[in-house]
Amino acid sequence: MKASGTRLALRIALTHLLAKKKQTFVAMMGVTFGISMFIVMISFMQGINDFFMDLTLDGSPHIRIYNPAKIDRPPLLALRYDSTSNWLVVRHQRPKNEAIRLKKGVQMLDNIRKMPEVQQASPQLATQAFFHNGPIEFAGNVVGIDVKAENQMYKLYEKMESGSIDKLLTNREGIMIGERLAAKLNVVVGDRVSVTMPTGATFLLKVVGIFSFGISTIDDTRSYVQLQTAQKMLARPSDYFTDMHIRLKNYRTASALAPGLEHLYGYRAETWEVANASIEAGEMIRNVLTFVVSLTMLVVAGFGIYNIMNMTIVNKMRDIAILKATGFESREITNIFLLQSLIIGISGGLMGLAAGALISYGIDQIPFPARDIIKLDTFPINYRWYYYAAGLLFGAITTVLAGYFPSRKAAKVDPVAIIRG
Amino acid sequence: MQTTTSHPIVIEAQGISKTFFDPNPFLVLDHISFQVEKGAFVSLVGKSGCGKSTLLYVLSTLDTEYEGKLRLGGELVTGFDQDRLARFRNEHLGFVFQFHFLLPEFSALENVMLPALKLGKYSAEEIEVRAMEKLRLVGMEDFALKNAMKLSGGQQQRVAIARALINDPMVIMGDEPTGNLDKKNSLIVLDILKELAAVNQQTIITVTHDQEFAERTDRILQMEDGKLL
Repeated sequence: MKASGTRLALRIALTHLLAKKKQTFVAMMGVTFGISMFIVMISFMQGINDFFMDLTLDGSPHIRIYNPAKIDRPPLLALRYDSTSNWLVVRHQRPKNEAIRLKKGVQMLDNIRKMPEVQQASPQLATQAFFHNGPIEFAGNVVGIDVKAENQMYKLYEKMESGSIDKLLTNREGIMIGERLAAKLNVVVGDRVSVTMPTGATFLLKVVGIFSFGISTIDDTRSYVQLQTAQKMLARPSDYFTDMHIRLKNYRTASALAPGLEHLYGYRAETWEVANASIEAGEMIRNVLTFVVSLTMLVVAGFGIYNIMNMTIVNKMRDIAILKATGFESREITNIFLLQSLIIGISGGLMGLAAGALISYGIDQIPFPARDIIKLDTFPINYRWYYYAAGLLFGAITTVLAGYFPSRKAAKVDPVAIIRG
Repeated sequence: MQTTTSHPIVIEAQGISKTFFDPNPFLVLDHISFQVEKGAFVSLVGKSGCGKSTLLYVLSTLDTEYEGKLRLGGELVTGFDQDRLARFRNEHLGFVFQFHFLLPEFSALENVMLPALKLGKYSAEEIEVRAMEKLRLVGMEDFALKNAMKLSGGQQQRVAIARALINDPMVIMGDEPTGNLDKKNSLIVLDILKELAAVNQQTIITVTHDQEFAERTDRILQMEDGKLL
């Protein structure tokens, strides 16, 4: 009996909708527009989010361990005199002359590499340097790396524009230079470049490769040499390095692991989230934007349906009265109009998904204009099934909400008042 | 109504009263009690505002705000909730109104079929056959597939009667069923109703202004100032 009642309600609902095709179509287009914009927004924004996330994780460590220069040590005088009862004035105290190295770094590296969460760890010795192109100097930095580990971590071989990693592995005098820095220095693979260290020593190195990360700040300044070469250039022992980069099996575990490492080794352990706070802020802003715009669209579409359903019900007062008089229960009357709303929502929503997919695909084909700053051929779009499921769900929820109140009103119509006129 | 007596009571009103409160308290029905037997064709007459329509809507179970007791087919319907009343109307009552109130988007046949589809006692195919029978009874079988809006007033009223009959109701109630029709159509409707009472033993109670119409029914209930004379 109940099933037949619902089927009957559906039949009446469909007849009502088909009798007013234009009105139904307009209501459906409202939902279609809302849902398609939701799909486009979320696909595009998440595409950007993922692009930046990939870019970030591609070029930076999940955790970076380093020795921050201690500049806030207590005044030496405080050790000798009671600072609570005496005035101590030490002007412009300098930091202690101690190397900002990771002590016992080699052992630390071994231990960290053995941790189950860690995929790879790589020591680095980074330093500022000047690169010479004739009389002109360009500031940059030289990073001494464990070539094999670094290659595994950052897939350096994928980023080579010319030359090869193997040359750096075998050549103690070799240097790999960022694409844009190489252009400024006007060097190609095989040329020699002179580099001045902060200590004043100048070295002549052979360019064995040119790489591009697709991030201008890296390609503009960075160069790689072997760790041993960097140690030699700075006149440091062979266990001397300043940074350790860690790549995890799952980058989401970084913030959980970092405090333990800090505690264990007593050095700063910086996660990718902290180092790239702006990325996360950007992601949050984009998410909020997506949410607000999509919600607005859906609310507008919802009000459209609400209006149309209200109008329909006012127009259908006589029909409602007669249905009630001939024995339709309140619930069935509600169903008739709620179903109309739902049909508008679902069919409008499905069209919205199709339109959203098409528009997203269109945007996916548009070339991205910022070739020099970041490497991106076309606008990034994410295609995920759950965006579409969410879109359809939102559409259905909005229309059910928009249809519910008018439908309740329909169920409350007093047939006597209508029939008696 | 499987009772042994030849004329069981189908409608029984016991002290039905109703007050309108807007704008001032006004007793529109004043302790009305009466009985109607099975197969009777009763007309309810009286001046405008005497409460005859109000009484009809109380009897129809559409209006539940009254005092007193109402039995239909021996069952006390006073106090049923709205959904139960809806099911009761669906199964046992048929309505014919002054304005035909067909659903405009549906064909004549579909309009007749709807209450039966709602009842769900028969399959859709059987209901269609039965609906065609009812349409034949009111002489509308040729217009079965026509959209309700495309019929004339008299034709629509006949379709409405067919709709009232579809579930073989115990009582058919009419609120000025001929009030909107010309002479010829009024007579057609009257004849159909008379036949239903006489042949099918269905009880009919209608409100009417039309003295001629009233005189041709079995029994006239005269109302004045909320009282039955």
